[in-house]
Amino acid sequence: MNVRLLDIAHARSGDKGDTANVGLIAIDPSWYRVLERYVTRERVAAHFRGIITGKVERYELPNLNALNFLLHGALDGGGTLSLKTDAQGKVFSTAMLRMVLDIPDEEARALKLPGSKQWPTYQRSPKE
Amino acid sequence: MSTSDNSNRIVRVAAGQGFWGDWLEAPRRQAEGGPIDYLMLDYLAEVTMSILQKQKERDPKMGYARDFIGAVESIWPAIAERGVRVIANAGGVNPPACADAVRQSAERAGVSKSVRIGVVTGDDLLPRLDELIAGGHVLANMETGEPLSAVRDRVLSANAYIGSTPIVEALSKKANIVITGRSTDTALTMAPLRFEFGWGAEDWDRLAAGIIAGHIIECGAQCSGGNCLYDWQNIPDLANVGYPIVEASADGTFVIAKHPNTGGRISIRSVTEQLVYEMGDPHSYITPDVVADFTSIRLEDTGENRVRVFGIKGRPPTDKLKVSIAYRAGFKAVGTLVYSWPDALPKAQLADRVLRERLDNLGLRFDKVLSEFVGASATHGPLAGDPGDPPEVQLRFGVRGEDKSAVERFTREIAPLVLNGPPSVTGFAGGRPKVEEIVAYWPALVDKSVVQTRVEVLG
Repeated sequence: MNVRLLDIAHARSGDKGDTANVGLIAIDPSWYRVLERYVTRERVAAHFRGIITGKVERYELPNLNALNFLLHGALDGGGTLSLKTDAQGKVFSTAMLRMVLDIPDEEARALKLPGSKQWPTYQRSPKE
Repeated sequence: MSTSDNSNRIVRVAAGQGFWGDWLEAPRRQAEGGPIDYLMLDYLAEVTMSILQKQKERDPKMGYARDFIGAVESIWPAIAERGVRVIANAGGVNPPACADAVRQSAERAGVSKSVRIGVVTGDDLLPRLDELIAGGHVLANMETGEPLSAVRDRVLSANAYIGSTPIVEALSKKANIVITGRSTDTALTMAPLRFEFGWGAEDWDRLAAGIIAGHIIECGAQCSGGNCLYDWQNIPDLANVGYPIVEASADGTFVIAKHPNTGGRISIRSVTEQLVYEMGDPHSYITPDVVADFTSIRLEDTGENRVRVFGIKGRPPTDKLKVSIAYRAGFKAVGTLVYSWPDALPKAQLADRVLRERLDNLGLRFDKVLSEFVGASATHGPLAGDPGDPPEVQLRFGVRGEDKSAVERFTREIAPLVLNGPPSVTGFAGGRPKVEEIVAYWPALVDKSVVQTRVEVLG
């Protein structure tokens, strides 16, 4: 089943220099393991390919039902150097929530994940 | 003070400002809306120090957050009569000048007899920079590894991030307003808790709790409903949003709350969004006082607009301090034009190509040229997909480079497009874009032993 991150998580993002961070938080605590299993470092790197120039790091915060991602080279130099509208990475959060996961039907049903055929599975994979 | 005397005592630290430019109403609302012991005002972001440095260059009496003077003016009764103490990093690159301005305000208000101003200095490393470099302190850029010597002649300011100890000292000398320069944002909240409860300098778990309390409230309403994505449609009365208050206990646990009859919402979700904001490695939130572990934090809803925070673990800090260095890094300008339906995006894209060709024909060279299409792809890039045929698209075109005259020349190429470029263009009433000097941020580390803070209490 296709599940859009927007429907199972909320997020906030910010900056440190040229790095944007995205904190991704499960809306229902039982959905944290979906984030942990499917929103991998590789998956996020593929999602932001062409948008960031550096690597992606991932940290786990099961105590907050959250993952933290560091997106390096995201902000055109960051801070005052950046020419970007989003020079401080404030809306990388919602860019992350556009991601669509393909979850096995049985698992999705067991966790009562809100899904919809409306959302095409995100096409780019890390192997491409 | 021993902790046993404190077992039932609550100390309230209220946040009244999350950055320089935050809501002017907030300090007064926090001081008047209910009981608080401390008002914490955070004015400094990474880029703020460079802005302040530019202001100090123009006028040696400036270089601090002037909004702070208005803030204390709006709450003199709370400070002078009700004993609310104020802690702010409003001093920027000039804490003594900030203290002068506060003293003058106190005199004007007739309260100077009951005001003692603590001034924390010693974070300013600019006068010692050559001595430090000569002594083998490379001050390498934490992002690129480059030594500071590469940009030494362009450095405008250099300030070490300092911790809670000098603020605690100022409070113990009975300052009721403490003004610092580049204190860490979190120390402004942790210091009064450490002072009130007598936490030891090696009481790692409680110090870490104070730091995390500071992290939660340092961005003001960002933990109490502001900028909260979860259920944003139903967050009540943002017009009267309540700024957060830490209600701390001696054992290091605390509740995030807000005054009654205020808007916004404090919930596990709003607090979690703020906890992950600007987070790096959550196991190691490094401060001058303690390394806090965000993976130890436990949250519990304990009532309407109340979240209890507990379980926090900390460990000893490193022997380094972070240094915020600002240096001149060239010039930039950004211009915009708005194109309307039909075909707003192709029109804006044609204008972009025309502009680039004209800049090339003029022989102008830049380190970076960036065009964005606001309304189509500016913030999410290709992830946004096909925008269809939107009612309007803004072309936002920016350049940066070392050559000021090239950037200046660029600013005169926007307006001509209105008459000699693609059609259906508007939104140029703001006039020619401004050329801005870029003062960039250079994060580095320095040995703790080379930074000596000083505390002076006036009044």
